[in-house]
Amino acid sequence: MKKRHIAAAVVLLILAVVSFAAGLLPRYSYSAQYREFTDAAPSLRFPLGTDDLGRDRFARLLYATRVSLLLAAAASFAALVLAAVLGGIAGYWGGWWDRCLKRGIDLMLSLPWLFLLLAARALLPLNASPMTSLIVTYALLALLGWASPARVIRAGVRGFRDSEFVLQARAEGLSEIRILLRQVLPNLRPILLAQFWTSIPVFVLTEANLGFLGLSAGEPFPTWGSLLRELQSPLLAGPAAFAPVAAIALSVCCFRLLSPRGGLQA
Amino acid sequence: MTTWPIRLARQLGALAATVILGGVLTAALVRNSPGFDGDERLMDVRLDAQSRAAILAERAADHDVLRFYLRYVKAMFHGDWGISSSLNAPVRELIRSRFPVTAEIMAIGLAGGWILAFAFALIAVHYRWWSRMGSALSVALLSIPSAALAVLVFTTRGPVRAMVALILFPRLFDYLRNLLADAYQRPHIVTAQAKGIGPVWILLRHALPVCAPQLLALAGISASMAFGAAIPVETLCDLPGIGQLAWKAALARDLPVLVSLTMLITLLTQACNAVSDWAASGMKGARP
Repeated sequence: MKKRHIAAAVVLLILAVVSFAAGLLPRYSYSAQYREFTDAAPSLRFPLGTDDLGRDRFARLLYATRVSLLLAAAASFAALVLAAVLGGIAGYWGGWWDRCLKRGIDLMLSLPWLFLLLAARALLPLNASPMTSLIVTYALLALLGWASPARVIRAGVRGFRDSEFVLQARAEGLSEIRILLRQVLPNLRPILLAQFWTSIPVFVLTEANLGFLGLSAGEPFPTWGSLLRELQSPLLAGPAAFAPVAAIALSVCCFRLLSPRGGLQA
Repeated sequence: MTTWPIRLARQLGALAATVILGGVLTAALVRNSPGFDGDERLMDVRLDAQSRAAILAERAADHDVLRFYLRYVKAMFHGDWGISSSLNAPVRELIRSRFPVTAEIMAIGLAGGWILAFAFALIAVHYRWWSRMGSALSVALLSIPSAALAVLVFTTRGPVRAMVALILFPRLFDYLRNLLADAYQRPHIVTAQAKGIGPVWILLRHALPVCAPQLLALAGISASMAFGAAIPVETLCDLPGIGQLAWKAALARDLPVLVSLTMLITLLTQACNAVSDWAASGMKGARP
C-alpha cells in the first residue's frame, strides 16, 4: 500500500469518525435555529457561522458529511449488486442475454444521466418528507448507475467463463448458478471492489450537483448537495458557505486516490 | 465480412432503436413518478372544484405511457413536437431558440477543454514533473462538483462561458496522457526520435495516427460530457440554453419537453459516437 493510499484512508476515517461523533453531542443540532444569530460570521460558538435561518453551518456540515458518505456508499453497493446480477448473467450465459444487456448498457450510457435524474427527482410529490426525498435521490443514483460497472463485470465474467476451474466445476456436475455464485463471482472480487470505490465519488458529485439545483434532500435535512444551495446566490454567500465544497473535494479526492485508476468516469 | 451498406444500416437501426427506447424510458420514468399528477396550480386556494378537475384532466391524456408515446412519436414525424405545458409554447420552437446558446457553450467548452488537455498531456509525456502537476490539477478539478466550480468561476468574475472547458479538462487529460505516452513508446517513434526527426513532425506524422481511433472515440464521448456540464452552468448563469430549459421543464413536470429533450440528446450522443466509431474503424482499416 502506497503512502498516498494510507493518507487518503486516514483522512476519510477522520471525516467519518468526526461526522458520526457529532450525533453524540447535543450541542450540534442540524435543525436548531438561533434567530438572534442569523447570517452570523464565523466565531468560536459557530466555527462556520450561521445561515439565513440562524442554523449552525458547522453542525449541518457534520451531519451532511455523515449522510452523504453513508448513502453514497449504500447507493454504490446497490448499483454494484444490480450490475453484478445483470453483468454476471449476461457474461456467463451469453447469447440473447448478452446482446440485450449490451444494448441496455449502451442505452443507459447514452442517456443524459444528470438530466434524467433531474426529471425523475423533480417529479416527487410536493409534500414528500425530507427522508423520502433523500432515499429516492440515492435510490435513483443506484438505479441509473449500474451500467458502467455492469460492462466491466460482464467482461470479467466472460474472461472466466471458459477457464479451467470452471470447466472442472462443470465436469464435477455443479449447477451453472452455483458455479457462477461460488466459483466465478469470488474471483471477481478485485473488480467488484474497484467498481465500488470508483462509484462512490461519482455519486457524491452527482448528488452535490442535484442539491445545488435544489433537487436533493428536502429541508431541513442536510446533505452536501443541499448545503450547496446557499451558493445559488454566490455574491450573498460568505467564504464560510464554501466549506461544503472543501469537504466534498477532500473526500472525493481521497476516494479517487483509494480507487484504482480507471478510464473515464461520469 | 460485412459490406459498408450493411454496417451502416445496422448502425442506423441501433441508433433509431436506442433513441426510441430512450424516449420510452423517460416517458415511463416521468409518468410513474409518484408526483406526476401534482401541479403547483392546485395549491391556489382561489380555485373551485371545477377548476381543479379541469387541471387534473389536462394530465389525464398522458396517463397511459405507451399511448402518449405513440401519439407523440407519430406527431413528431409530422414535425409536431408537442406544446410545452409550463411555457405554453411549441417545444420545437423552444428548442430551436435555445439550441444556439447551448451549442456555443459546448463549442467553446469542447475546444478549450481539448486544447488545454492536449497541451498538458503532450508536455506531460516528456516531463515527469509536469505529468505529476497535471495529475494533481486533474484530481483537484475532478473532485469539485461542476456546479461549485461554476460558482467559483462566477464569483471570481472568470469567463463563465468557458466553464465547460474546465469541467472537461480533467476528464480528457488522464486519457490523453496515457494514449500519447503509449504512442511515444512505440519502436518506430523511438527510432524516429533517435534519427533526430523534429518533435512536431513526429507528433503529426507518427504519434497522432497511432492514437487517432481512440482520440476520435474520446471526441464522441466528450460531446455528451459537455452537455452534462452545460446544465449547471446555464442554470447558475441564467443562460437561456437547452440545459436551463431541461431544468425548468423538470421542475415544472413538463412531459413533452422532457421526452423531446431526452430523445434529442440521446440522438446527438449516439450520432457523435457513431460518427467517431465510423471514422475510427476507417482509420484502423487504412493502416497496414
